Amino acid sequence: MAEDGRDELLGTDGDSEPLVAGRSLRHKGVEQGCSLLRRMEICVAEAEKRSGRNTVNMQEIFTVYLIETRSMEAVSEGHNSAPDSLWRRYSEFELLRSYLIVTYPHVVVAPLPEKRAEFVWHKLSADNMDPDFVERRRVGLENFLVRVASHSVLSNDKILYHFLTEEHGWREVVYETGFQAKAESRLRALSATFRVRNTDKRFMDMKHYSDELQSHTSQLLRARARVADRLYGVFKVHGNYGRVFSEWSAIEKEMGDGLQSAGHHMDAYAASIDDILEEEEHYADQLKEYLSYAEALRAVCRKHELTQFELEMASQDLISKKQQREELATGIVRTFSFKGMTNKLFGQEAPEQREARLKLLEELIAEGEDTVKEKTVECQEHVERAWVDMQRFEEQKDKDLREALINYAVMQISMCKKGIQVWSNAKECFIKM
Amino acid sequence: MSVAAPRGLASSGQKPIAEVLHPLAAAEEPLSPGPDVTVDDGGDQEAVLTNGTPVETSSPASASSLFNRLQLEDDLEADARDLYVSTETRDLFVTVDDPKKHVSTMETYITYRVSTKTTRIEFDLPEYCVRRRYQDFDWLRIKLEDSQPTHLIPPLPEKFVMKGVVDRFSEEFVETRMKALDKFLKRVADHPVLSFNPHLNAFLSAKDLNKRQGLALLTKVGESVKQVAGGYKLRPRPAEFCAMGEYLDTFSQKLGTIDRIAQRIIKEQSEYLTELREYGTVYSSWAGSEEELRRPLEGVASSVTTCCGALEDLSENMSQDFLPVLREYVLYIESMKNVLRKRDQSQAEYEGRLEAAVLRKQEDRTPLPLEVEKCQDKVECFNADLKADWERWQSNKRQDFKQLLTGMADKNINYYEKCQSGWESLITLLQDKQTEDKTSETN
Repeated sequence: MAEDGRDELLGTDGDSEPLVAGRSLRHKGVEQGCSLLRRMEICVAEAEKRSGRNTVNMQEIFTVYLIETRSMEAVSEGHNSAPDSLWRRYSEFELLRSYLIVTYPHVVVAPLPEKRAEFVWHKLSADNMDPDFVERRRVGLENFLVRVASHSVLSNDKILYHFLTEEHGWREVVYETGFQAKAESRLRALSATFRVRNTDKRFMDMKHYSDELQSHTSQLLRARARVADRLYGVFKVHGNYGRVFSEWSAIEKEMGDGLQSAGHHMDAYAASIDDILEEEEHYADQLKEYLSYAEALRAVCRKHELTQFELEMASQDLISKKQQREELATGIVRTFSFKGMTNKLFGQEAPEQREARLKLLEELIAEGEDTVKEKTVECQEHVERAWVDMQRFEEQKDKDLREALINYAVMQISMCKKGIQVWSNAKECFIKM
Repeated sequence: MSVAAPRGLASSGQKPIAEVLHPLAAAEEPLSPGPDVTVDDGGDQEAVLTNGTPVETSSPASASSLFNRLQLEDDLEADARDLYVSTETRDLFVTVDDPKKHVSTMETYITYRVSTKTTRIEFDLPEYCVRRRYQDFDWLRIKLEDSQPTHLIPPLPEKFVMKGVVDRFSEEFVETRMKALDKFLKRVADHPVLSFNPHLNAFLSAKDLNKRQGLALLTKVGESVKQVAGGYKLRPRPAEFCAMGEYLDTFSQKLGTIDRIAQRIIKEQSEYLTELREYGTVYSSWAGSEEELRRPLEGVASSVTTCCGALEDLSENMSQDFLPVLREYVLYIESMKNVLRKRDQSQAEYEGRLEAAVLRKQEDRTPLPLEVEKCQDKVECFNADLKADWERWQSNKRQDFKQLLTGMADKNINYYEKCQSGWESLITLLQDKQTEDKTSETN
């Protein structure tokens, strides 16, 4: 995730205030041949509240995010030019992502940060307006844009470019692409899953893996939230020592000072947990990203099932039509058909009718063969491209999660050091009692 | 037993305190005449000695008292903060250890080995090793309380345990109890007056404690003491004893609060531990479905397990070492309050008799009876003993709590150190792997 450039300045810029307010980006997973990210720097700098009227004409308050872009040339030449910027709200990001998923079904598309705060432990507010939540969402949105803009395929998309550069009228442009029509229906996809016969084993394995990934990350997030809750309790109870030591010190002579100071350290100890857990939220966010990624991975696998299924259906259809033609031509009825029945009951049809039907069938067969060719290509292309992207995803996932785990360990070490420091300070006070 | 225990502090020039108040101290032997001298280790304050007259050298007790007086002069020059008897001058060492279970037809119980090393001539041998059970310690405490009512007797751990709730024979319980008994005995042995009590001597040296000795006398005395002290209106305490009482009340309250906080922390830690264990297993099970990430995930699981172990140790230590000492101090405070009350009673008795005597004197000119003077002595000795014990108790308290709280801090530091090293080893593991991968890439 592009979150650890804390307040680093972009490039050599000295006075770009808006950029300092945000976090700089890390060129994570920059692909070869990714044109967009090489051309421009992208950053989600700020968040603001706006009010406006929604679709049912009711007043609502929502948050908008400032997207800033600068061309790489400007940065590398050290120009002090202000970045281009525009405001977008979360629903527009969602629209962009939906578009990308439909348009590039072979890509494991980066997920957006969560819509609502989930896996909360008691202190964190589940309120979408909470400033901490907004801040973490801002980081998540920036991460999304960076990942998408650094993807070898996605980064060339015009709609994406528009999203980053044209504030007005973007929605209309997206709708005009008609991507919504291409979106697969859930029902169709489900049906395909059950009825498809010859899927690529690698895809089935990957689908199974996506289930595992989803299950494990969500388990982990839940367990982590519970642990955080309990740890909070342990730290806060120590604050009571602070109060009682202070009260006790009032009745002591020689012991008084030592007790009083020790009490202050206990208060500091109790207070330290807030920052510790706030920092851990970044780790949780990284896990959440991959929880959502599991869904994206599964979507690619489902697309394979769908294309394969459609191919199988088309092939099946072609075969049955050819069979019909044969029957019509030879007069031998191999399979039961209504026509065959009526023929028997009411007598054979006239030769002209048969000719007409035969001709129609030939046309349908020709169409069917084209369809099968199309579907074969579609399926084949999907398999090839998706496999490549899934490999990319796997490498990225291994690298990102490994780094996340290392950072988590570093956080834990830092927490231990703080603990040692506080208790050592308290010990000094006790010794002086 | 040939020793007459020192009688506590005599006031200037008066006769020693009447026998009725210390009937059991010297097993029905006549008391040695002459004021005896005792030492108290109030390093900062002036030692309350007699009016300087040397003690009559006939009784062995006096000799040791003299020795103690000389010791005190050394002590005064020594570090004023070190209020414990310094080990070079200490001549009585006791230890309680080695618990063993005894099974007999009637009952099952635990005995402890009580080892003594001493150079005191009150003891026939320089070393003793006997086995005692809790009952015996309790007997000793009762004897001390009755024979030295003006002194603060250290508390014993709780006598009764609910049989269903606590396992009396569990290692933890026995260990905790043994430490408390050891502390009790050491405190008695370090006390300049109590350590010379013949009951202590018997406790440390006799093969079999004949606990029925003096029992009859005990009950008689108990009654007479009550008759004497009861029925007198309690007078207001002098300011300094008031202050002591208030201090004890507040201190007791604070200790109670600390106890509750510590218990709460232990509870919270236990719940945290449960969740932490679960958390670790999730990493392990995730590792099962990964390839490249398997080692890092398993590494995290293992670090989490290390933390769990460290946390268990910390909580156990708080339960077993911290809480018992805290609770024992609450008992100690109760003992101190009792001594204050007895002092109040003895003051009440004195003032009551004085009033009565003054009235009678006004009527028929009889001089103040001897009894009233004895009461006055008694009160003054009581006050002096109490003040001395108070100072000692305060300094012991300071040392004990310094040790207790420092220990708590140490255990917490230890816990974090263990956790830290657990996580650091993970980083080393992952970094090694990274360099491994890099070299294999370049190859």
